[in-house]
Amino acid sequence: MSITVVYTIVTLAVIGAAAAVILYFVAQKFKVVEDPRIDDVDEALPGANCGGCGYAGCRAFAEACVKASALGDLNCPVGGNETMNNVASILGLEAVKKDPRVAYIRCNGTCEHRPKTSSFDGATTCAIASSVYSGESGCQYGCLGYGDCYDACDFDAIVMHPETGIPEIIDDKCVACGACVDACPKDLIELRKKMPKNRKVVVSCRNQDKGGVARKACSVACIGCGKCVKECPFDAITMENNLAYIDSDKCKLCRKCVAVCPTGAIIEENFPPRKVKPVEKKETKPVN
Amino acid sequence: MLKTFKIGGVHPPENKLSKDKKIEVLPLPKTVFIPVAQHIGAPATPVVKKGDEVKVGQVIAQSSSFVSTNIHSSVSGKVTKVDFSADSSGYPKQGIFIAVDGDEWIEGIDRSEDLVKEISVDGPEIVKKIQEAGIVGLGGATFPTHVKLVPPKGMKAEVLLINGVECEPYLTSDHRLMLEKADEIMVGIQLLMKAMGVDKAVIGIENNKPDAIKLLNEKCSAYKGVSVQPLKVQYPQGGEKQLINAVTGKEVPSGALPIAVGAVVSNVGTAFAVYEAIQKNKPLFERVVTVTGKGLEKPSNFLVRVGTATSELIEAAGGVPENTGKIISGGPMMGRAIASLDVPVTKGTSGLLLIQEEESKREEIQACIRCSRCTSVCPMGLEPYLLMTLGEKQIFDRAENERIMDCIECGSCSYTCPSSRPLLDYIRFGKGKVGAMIRSRKK
Repeated sequence: MSITVVYTIVTLAVIGAAAAVILYFVAQKFKVVEDPRIDDVDEALPGANCGGCGYAGCRAFAEACVKASALGDLNCPVGGNETMNNVASILGLEAVKKDPRVAYIRCNGTCEHRPKTSSFDGATTCAIASSVYSGESGCQYGCLGYGDCYDACDFDAIVMHPETGIPEIIDDKCVACGACVDACPKDLIELRKKMPKNRKVVVSCRNQDKGGVARKACSVACIGCGKCVKECPFDAITMENNLAYIDSDKCKLCRKCVAVCPTGAIIEENFPPRKVKPVEKKETKPVN
Repeated sequence: MLKTFKIGGVHPPENKLSKDKKIEVLPLPKTVFIPVAQHIGAPATPVVKKGDEVKVGQVIAQSSSFVSTNIHSSVSGKVTKVDFSADSSGYPKQGIFIAVDGDEWIEGIDRSEDLVKEISVDGPEIVKKIQEAGIVGLGGATFPTHVKLVPPKGMKAEVLLINGVECEPYLTSDHRLMLEKADEIMVGIQLLMKAMGVDKAVIGIENNKPDAIKLLNEKCSAYKGVSVQPLKVQYPQGGEKQLINAVTGKEVPSGALPIAVGAVVSNVGTAFAVYEAIQKNKPLFERVVTVTGKGLEKPSNFLVRVGTATSELIEAAGGVPENTGKIISGGPMMGRAIASLDVPVTKGTSGLLLIQEEESKREEIQACIRCSRCTSVCPMGLEPYLLMTLGEKQIFDRAENERIMDCIECGSCSYTCPSSRPLLDYIRFGKGKVGAMIRSRKK
């Protein structure tokens, strides 16, 4: 009995020792040398793996950071400047300060503004619906409301408004990863500069039809009249294809454009009520 | 035992309501909108501008590449604008608006009803004339006919198949054309055979059109090499690859064109258009359209000028019935619901179908129960349930390996699914994405 135990122990010990020697040499032969800083950078990142940086995940981004000679275009939108400072200090590089961004859905075509002209009963995803037809209203540029952006958001930052059916962004949860931007087949979502107190002045429309056509399809469409372009003291507004666009990097939130917009396509959000004359055109309530 | 294709297929209720209605000439509309993209391939380039006077048959948009065709004016009058207007999907497409004034045709078109049997042109000239006349496949796919007739290098056509199957329920435009223009179709077939250099042609007709089979059989005796093949009623037998399989027994390999097995398929409507283009010098600017539906006052077959608004056709057939749920351009299986009645008739419009409210709604989508009915009805031998999932999950490289591009979008899978799953919606979406993937790879 006891001899069996001894044999077993000896045999296993010999096998173990042999395996250890083989494994040691194999490990030496196939050794992968990895920069230890990759682990450090990976650690410093938020670990959301959202792809907002343009890389396949946080690890891939960390590798790219370590490889890069300057951080320049490398930016983690989720972690923001704080994370990038940490990454920079690990790597001994200079962090480039980036303005935080937030997604905005540029359509305000609720049922009351944009009457339904047809109905769709196919597969309920925006990608499919937009590939077979233009939408349930006369506006081919507007939101379809099937929630591809909602599905794409990993951060619960998008809610589908229960009444209007149009998605809304919860600014404090949005990390500007851009997943919704890619998911929207109508190209409605834009990452805009995050302003103090989440204030916004946006042309909430993508309709590129001529004024009359746009207006007929939706009462709050941008008709391309150009009043806002003339009014803007900071040259922040440009007009292309009958559609105004406010560059969030140039906008100083003066709200002069909101006052002159004849259709209410320009929207202001999270501002206190005006003193001189009360705001009438405010269509969407802030989410938070 | 009648011939049919080997795998899959369904047999939806036929509902050929208008099969005994003679083709009527629809009165001229007041205005037309003629899109410049009525075919597969590059859109034609408009060659008229606002204010120009045009005549019937005049070229108003020129073919822009080999896979493209000319567009001719279907009416005479004044061009009011060259602009964009919504097509059946609601997206704007470029086209030419013409205000109709009288009915003046360009010189050279033979407007008589006399049959011209004598063929005085040679093969290449036929192809050239077909190209000039803007003829496309009138079965619905609208592929430019002249491209089909010139086989790629190293391939040779052996047989011409004429598609008189009309397997879509409700539609009767090809059926009526075969009954009323049999002689012209036979000459058209001769012309196509000459253009391709083949001496054999087979007309495939489903067995639910015995009058057409009988009539064409009689006509065939006067022409060498042409025969009629009656086929068992089975959808989608009108599909090119299915028809080839049904008539010749050959299978077109995955991803290949019918010419790979020596066959070229043309619709009876196309054969008729070829006859008119060559023997009568008349370009393609009108076609037979079935207007049908269970609630419709008088389902009819109209000869319609291209560019006429659908509202005019429906008005002529008795107006939109009250309980209409959907108006479909094409047949119920492959047609598309149209978003507005301003959508014009194009070269590819074979029918307009008004579906009643209660029939038009899709059933609630339920979970897949793995019954495999979709797999057994798929005429291309694909696995629709799998392709749908791959489309849903956006796994497009796998979808490509599962041969999603072989799908002919016949809709048999969605039709047969007991859980009413939108199989074709997702497969079509996947096809679009995989197609884009393949194109970007080729660049």
